[in-house]
Amino acid sequence: MSWFKRTSAGIKTQRGQQNDVPEGQWVKCQGCSETITRRELERQLLVCPRCQYHFKMSPTGYFNLLFDGDYEVFDDNIISADPLQFTDQKPYKDRLEATRKKTGLQDAAKAAVGLVGGYPISVSAMDFTFIGGSMGSVVGEIVARSIKRAYENKIPALVITQSGGARMMEGALSLMQMAKTSAHLTRLSEAGLPFFVLLTNPTTGGVTASFAMLGDIHLAEPGALIGFAGPRVIRETMGQDLPDGFQTSEFLLQKGYIDRIVDRRNLKDELAHLLALLLSK
Amino acid sequence: MSQNIKLNLLEFEKPLYELEQKLEEMRALSHEDTGSDLSKTLQALEERVDELRESIYKNLTRWQRVQIARHPDRPYTLDHIDALTEGFVELHGDRLFGEDPAIVGGFGTFKGSRYGGKDQTVLILGHQKGRDTKTRKFRRFGMPNPEGYRKALRLMKMAARFDIPVITLLDTTGAFPGLEAEERGQAEAIARNLFEMARLPVPIVVVIIGEGASGGALGIGVGDRILMLENAWYSVISPESCSSILWRSWDYKEEAARALKLTAPDLIPFGIVDQIIAEPIGGAHRDPETTFEAVGRAIVENLTPLLSVPTQELLDNRLAKFDAMGTFSEV
Repeated sequence: MSWFKRTSAGIKTQRGQQNDVPEGQWVKCQGCSETITRRELERQLLVCPRCQYHFKMSPTGYFNLLFDGDYEVFDDNIISADPLQFTDQKPYKDRLEATRKKTGLQDAAKAAVGLVGGYPISVSAMDFTFIGGSMGSVVGEIVARSIKRAYENKIPALVITQSGGARMMEGALSLMQMAKTSAHLTRLSEAGLPFFVLLTNPTTGGVTASFAMLGDIHLAEPGALIGFAGPRVIRETMGQDLPDGFQTSEFLLQKGYIDRIVDRRNLKDELAHLLALLLSK
Repeated sequence: MSQNIKLNLLEFEKPLYELEQKLEEMRALSHEDTGSDLSKTLQALEERVDELRESIYKNLTRWQRVQIARHPDRPYTLDHIDALTEGFVELHGDRLFGEDPAIVGGFGTFKGSRYGGKDQTVLILGHQKGRDTKTRKFRRFGMPNPEGYRKALRLMKMAARFDIPVITLLDTTGAFPGLEAEERGQAEAIARNLFEMARLPVPIVVVIIGEGASGGALGIGVGDRILMLENAWYSVISPESCSSILWRSWDYKEEAARALKLTAPDLIPFGIVDQIIAEPIGGAHRDPETTFEAVGRAIVENLTPLLSVPTQELLDNRLAKFDAMGTFSEV
């Protein structure tokens, strides 16, 4: 495999290509309301230098920050076929087209293989800007293939989650992506290959209830919303306000569902270190 | 028609019910010696009843099917277990935190001999709803907590150890969206089941008997054969929640049901469901015995061939089955 040479043309990527940061020279932090220059924010990998608030980062942003050098992008040619011909207030087809145009993305996930600290790893990452990072057939296929690629090449896998859950507009097909991705993980596990998950803000619904909770090691960015049911639904069920910090990374760490909370600025070093510990026995 | 059904009549069934009532009255009249010959009127009325029944039930909308799937008299998991098995022993608890009555499960003898097959010890489990205020609350409306999924997994792993096949029955509006469910890892519990069911080294037959909503249903829904009752529904979200999110109003549940394509006939072409189990006209609750018979036969038909498949082949096929689910274009 030619992971280390870019094969497809036009995959020019810029460090810190982001989606959560408003246009302009100056950016107001969504965590502490401080004003930061865009340049400084990008230098900090979209982490507020004052309050550690993590702005959302795109898959490409993560690929650039994690991989040692070049990496190979896979499956960026898969698009939704609108299997249900779904229409709510507007046709799903139109929504897809408008979102593709607006974001320049094909769907809500990207996959790549490259080296992290010298270790090859198969990575897929989700993108909240594309219909809330929701998982339909395309995202399921990209994540499943990324896991399969790890299995076939005997390398570890990492999924970076950022998703509101399963995509309603593909109905039961979206639901089945949970089973499909989880089924692929069984082979990775039985082959003795590590599976890492990095949970970012937000990770909820069917994504949390499948591969996001099936890692050997669960890393999470600070302050991320992570849960199954959304806070609004739970509030309605309970008929009371939710405790402070409920469903955050810190909450999940305390409840035993997260191994470590990692500042994005340390992510590459931490992952490389874990890979070295697990793989160079 | 029983008093019970009268009380739980669905809106679209009312014209039929009224006509049936008229027919009953006429019949009663004809049994008395009134001197007049009612047989012709009776026959005409019978024909009208049949026509109306046909026109209502052969053209059910998706939303009407959702209503039938939710009918309060519809057979639930324990009713199916009671009819399909003998000597069923329910087992309780996840051995980690507690017992969840929203999922029931245990071992029993599946009476395959009644349905053209062989008797067979099985693990049979499913979501359980309640029938009255008290039992509905006790069963948490069939919405499991993590303990339910973990109990199911414990039992499935035990079944695998003793080489006993698994039958799961799906009937839930979703996993319980509660604060404690979140604290105790609702998402992890469901995810773990998807993973472990994908590699459970015994045959798994899944039957969607009523409602199949979201990860809460799928959490016990991975298997080798997926069967679905004719009027059951299965999707990523309920029509009501879908309406509230995409239409920002609760009023578009019928449109949402239509858009979600959540019925058994909808799901066959996508390979999500392998076989539809026909229900008696009017729905499973109109004639539970016939329903159980159909379910029993479908289980025999689907489970029997699986019993002789070598384990590795079984698991490879299961992975391939779920791997094939998804529809997309490559450009």
